[in-house]
Amino acid sequence: MSETLLMKGNEAIAEAAIIAGCRHYFAYPITPQNEIPSYMAKRMPQVGGTFLQAESELAAINMVMGASAAGVRVMTSSSSPGIALKQEGISYIAGAELPAVIVNIMRGGPGLGNISGAQGDYFQATRGGGNGDYRTVVLAPGSAQELADFTLRAFDLADEYRIPVMILADGYLGQMSEAVVMPEPTGKVYEKPWAVNGAKGRKKNIVASLKLIPDTALEDHNRHLQEKYDKITSDLHGTDTYMSEDAEWLIVAYGTSARISRKAVDRLRADGIKAGLFRPLYLWPFPYKELSEASKGKKKILAVEMSLGQMVEDVKLSLNGSTDVDFYGKAGGALPVLDEIVERIRNYGR
Amino acid sequence: MGVKTVPLFRKPDSLVDVRTHYCPGCGHGIVHRLIAEIIDDMGVREETVIIAPVGCSVLLYNYLDVDGLEAAHGRAPAVATGVKRALPDHMVISYQGDGDLLAIGTGETIHAANRGENITVIFLNNAIYGMTGGQMAPTTMEGQKTATTPAGRNPADVGFPIRACELINTLEAPVYIERTSVHNPAAVRKTKKAIAKALKYQKEKKGYSFVEVLSMCPTNWGVDPVEAADWIKEDMVPWYPLKKFRDIPAGEEK
Repeated sequence: MSETLLMKGNEAIAEAAIIAGCRHYFAYPITPQNEIPSYMAKRMPQVGGTFLQAESELAAINMVMGASAAGVRVMTSSSSPGIALKQEGISYIAGAELPAVIVNIMRGGPGLGNISGAQGDYFQATRGGGNGDYRTVVLAPGSAQELADFTLRAFDLADEYRIPVMILADGYLGQMSEAVVMPEPTGKVYEKPWAVNGAKGRKKNIVASLKLIPDTALEDHNRHLQEKYDKITSDLHGTDTYMSEDAEWLIVAYGTSARISRKAVDRLRADGIKAGLFRPLYLWPFPYKELSEASKGKKKILAVEMSLGQMVEDVKLSLNGSTDVDFYGKAGGALPVLDEIVERIRNYGR
Repeated sequence: MGVKTVPLFRKPDSLVDVRTHYCPGCGHGIVHRLIAEIIDDMGVREETVIIAPVGCSVLLYNYLDVDGLEAAHGRAPAVATGVKRALPDHMVISYQGDGDLLAIGTGETIHAANRGENITVIFLNNAIYGMTGGQMAPTTMEGQKTATTPAGRNPADVGFPIRACELINTLEAPVYIERTSVHNPAAVRKTKKAIAKALKYQKEKKGYSFVEVLSMCPTNWGVDPVEAADWIKEDMVPWYPLKKFRDIPAGEEK
């Protein structure tokens, strides 16, 4: 499939999941991600897959856990309040070391908030989110094309590391229609000797997160998980930079915030102001080293978010006080205003 | 010499020979053994996936020599749904206690039943939370003293004990619903029959089957094992009648 399609971001995720070999999808409706279940309801039967509308987000994520434990590729999607409900299951999936792809098309919060796009779930996504000491890989696409591409990557990463992988995108990305060329399957195949699919010709498999015996079982397991997280941190590097090399002022942003920020860079450059953009493609593991390198010699870093300051904490950790960090954020489903970003950076030089 | 011995009683192949963690007089071990015997009888050990709940029976997978999966509290029917949708030809058993099935997991219980998932739910009802130390369960009897109903369960305050079979029997999809008990050998034999039938129907892809088993918890009831068995007969059975509520494949009325 190499034709260019006009698709909503949400639909691009769904079709990419099919291409990735996902044949099981469980979800509960919530705005602004409803195109994903609708697409899957139509598409899954065409490819011999399972679409099931669960009775709740809790049920959906636990269906994901069951299907994943049985050895198949499986996905769920939701939006912020629904993802909060799924955190119970995500923690169990992380503890049991199962692969799963979870899509969060973020909306405004806290609580019921509103249904506009937002980036207020950064902390929840990048710090584990549920109970206990764990992480999920978090991908931050910035276009419908990337939503499709990153979905394929998410399935491979989930299988490779036996870890829940989250695609974290704001509602604007999910809702926006853009040109997409559907990616080819990566062709990677992962053996799953741990799956609970019947103890035929082998010892029984147990998939569980309870670690009681011996006394050190859980600490050993926590250390094993941490080794995995350390490996992922050293393996995964993904950043996108725009006019950052000679920039004096560097914007750090992801998702829709990065798209608006890129426009701000163009505007500032047209006026002879040396601005640049640094866009993390993974929010966990966050590109601390890459940002630290990229910020060398910069006069100031501006973090732009659709929240009142979450990713900015990772920006500060990256720089460890070496460079001045400023923050610009919009909340409650409002978009960053191009003129305000431009004006903010213009003022730095005055 | 030349004498062939035939064992009358032996450990089922699907039961693992390990020390039990259950208290004396607990009914879980009986039901675990019955499941192992039936898996042996049906020859489905290599195609069975058992879902363990949160509660005393969380370690179920240590006792059965089949693939096992552990669910979060109350979510076993959803996990079982995921397994079954991925492996439609496998035997999938969701084993749950009363807090798991009727309190925190009520939604999952009702909806898996309502979808007619081709799974078997085995519900062990001992009218109390065992693992956490004897708190009130949704099935705790009226007047029953527990750690959280020290003056006895007062329906005016916390409602009446919920009857799971009767509740599930209001749904269209389930094909087999029965309540049994393990308070005496005859009841144990009936329980084995019920579970065997439920698993047979699953194997034949008839649909959702549900077996509730009344079971003893002497430790948290504060009585000895003999009294516990008597308490089921005298106190629980009148409220939770032992009967077959539905057996559609057998051509019985709903």
